[in-house]
Amino acid sequence: MLKDLFRKPKYVTVRTETSSRDVPDTLWLKCPRCAEIIYTRELERNLKVCRKCSYHFRLTASERIAVTLDDGTFAEYDRDLSPTNPLQFPDYEQKIQAAQKETGLDEAVLVGEGTIAGQPVVIGVLDSRFIMGSMGSVVGEKVSRAFEQARDRNFPVIMFSASGGARMQEGLLSLMQMAKTSAAVNRFSQAGLLFVSVLTDPTTGGVLASYASLGDIIIAEPGALIGFTGPRVIEQTIRQKLPPDFQRAEMHLKHGFVDLVLERSQIKPTLGRILAFHSRGGDR
Amino acid sequence: MAGTPLDFEKPLVELENKIMELKNFGKEKGLDLGDEIATLEKKSRELKQSIFGNLTPWQRALIARHSERPTSLDYIGMVFDDFLELHGDRSFGDDAAVVGGLALFHGMPVTVVGHVRGKDTKDNIARNFGMPHPEGLRKAMRLMQQAEKFSRPVISFIDTQGAYCGIGAEERGQGEAIAHCLYVMSGLRVPVVSVVVGEGGSGGALALGVADRLLMLENAIFSVCSPEACASILWKDGTKAAAAAQSLRLTAKDLVGLQVVDELVPEPLGGAHRDPEKMGRDVKKAIMEHLEAIQGFDIETLLENRYQKYRRIGVYLGG
Repeated sequence: MLKDLFRKPKYVTVRTETSSRDVPDTLWLKCPRCAEIIYTRELERNLKVCRKCSYHFRLTASERIAVTLDDGTFAEYDRDLSPTNPLQFPDYEQKIQAAQKETGLDEAVLVGEGTIAGQPVVIGVLDSRFIMGSMGSVVGEKVSRAFEQARDRNFPVIMFSASGGARMQEGLLSLMQMAKTSAAVNRFSQAGLLFVSVLTDPTTGGVLASYASLGDIIIAEPGALIGFTGPRVIEQTIRQKLPPDFQRAEMHLKHGFVDLVLERSQIKPTLGRILAFHSRGGDR
Repeated sequence: MAGTPLDFEKPLVELENKIMELKNFGKEKGLDLGDEIATLEKKSRELKQSIFGNLTPWQRALIARHSERPTSLDYIGMVFDDFLELHGDRSFGDDAAVVGGLALFHGMPVTVVGHVRGKDTKDNIARNFGMPHPEGLRKAMRLMQQAEKFSRPVISFIDTQGAYCGIGAEERGQGEAIAHCLYVMSGLRVPVVSVVVGEGGSGGALALGVADRLLMLENAIFSVCSPEACASILWKDGTKAAAAAQSLRLTAKDLVGLQVVDELVPEPLGGAHRDPEKMGRDVKKAIMEHLEAIQGFDIETLLENRYQKYRRIGVYLGG
């Protein structure tokens, strides 16, 4: 038939070696600040800090614990606490489940004990992947219990924050966790014990406006966004563009709200020194 | 009818105006319209009940923000016999969005602090719409610590959309100021009674509200974030504030149910602004009842109870 002449011939597609090879996109990463392409393993070896521009990538809670505590010393507290939907807030359960699936965590904070340079501490670490590290009932409860546990055992507390603030979906119950955790810090503090708060990117809203601001010593990571109101909301409110260094760790150092801005590699050794300062009896 | 009517009040306003017109008309023409007026007045009472007897959370939010609603300063005038305002945080400045000072409550010296909205545009600009800067919160904190020194109870009034968000506020440590208020109030060695009289917006509101007893007026709201902000975060649409107000459980009734608020203080039908004098008397009575109930405790018991009150807040699964 004449029609067959115009028919497109069929070719057999041969899958080539290169197209079939699966290259995971997690093997290489682009630095969001300097655009350097970084080999993931190399980044991990450098505590997730860009070697070229020193950009500090965010750490998950378990990564933070791994780079902060002495190897194998972490013992988790209150693992069985998990969130529910007390206000019957629309779509909250799905949001929790998605976050649990993505992170492998039950909630946005890991608390427990371990040692830093051989010295015992109670530690709490927020994970910003879990609903922006927001504080609802479970986070507030776990943080408060951590301070109570530390008080009972005479341990110092180290809290790493990474949070968008109070969790909207638990309404006023979330807001009240600010009062609850601050009250727990107060009790702990009255026992003469040490609390070091480490602010990492980002620490905003209700977490900054409660226990995270109440450390005897406050440390921040370079470039971390730290503020009560997020920059987007401020820009909308005052209708002007904010300078790039606004609400960064360095600004807070300048204005007197943090004691130290420390490169990630310096945090563990400095915590070790701070702990030693608070445990010495003197040579007399 | 006081001030500009809210949308849902309009049918009532129209009816009330009609009654007024009819009364004037009867007077002018020398006619007896008593029966007609009585019928309409009955209808008006029913309408009032049906509109105000079952307000939605969003309608309550609108009443809480009503321009005629009594401010903290009005309550200070109605509740206390004498009030001496004190100024400044001793560090940076004085913030007119927060008022504080000494007062006599039934003859007893107390320290009073509160957020204060403006009465009109000019007043609102001076008071930054009741939104505190860090220096305002630090002033309140200073006065509360002074109260502790002189063993005076603290009474606080909460009425703010939230802590102000701006460059200066952030540079001067808004987060730190709120955190320290919470820290100080949780351990304050004197009785503390707080009343949410209008809008309780987020951390800036809570900063004056860590108390032995937390009271809330019937139409006041208290929320983790404003309904507008919640709607824009959830649905990228700030106009869905009414739905957000429903989801946030921000009314006094909801919060008594969640065991966050200790008592709901009923308002006159239609809101506090319809009978400010009565509202003032009822607020005074409620504060008195709660203050009397906690003044008997020795200070360690009081502090332990306050700690446990906040310690218990939160709903979760597991141990």
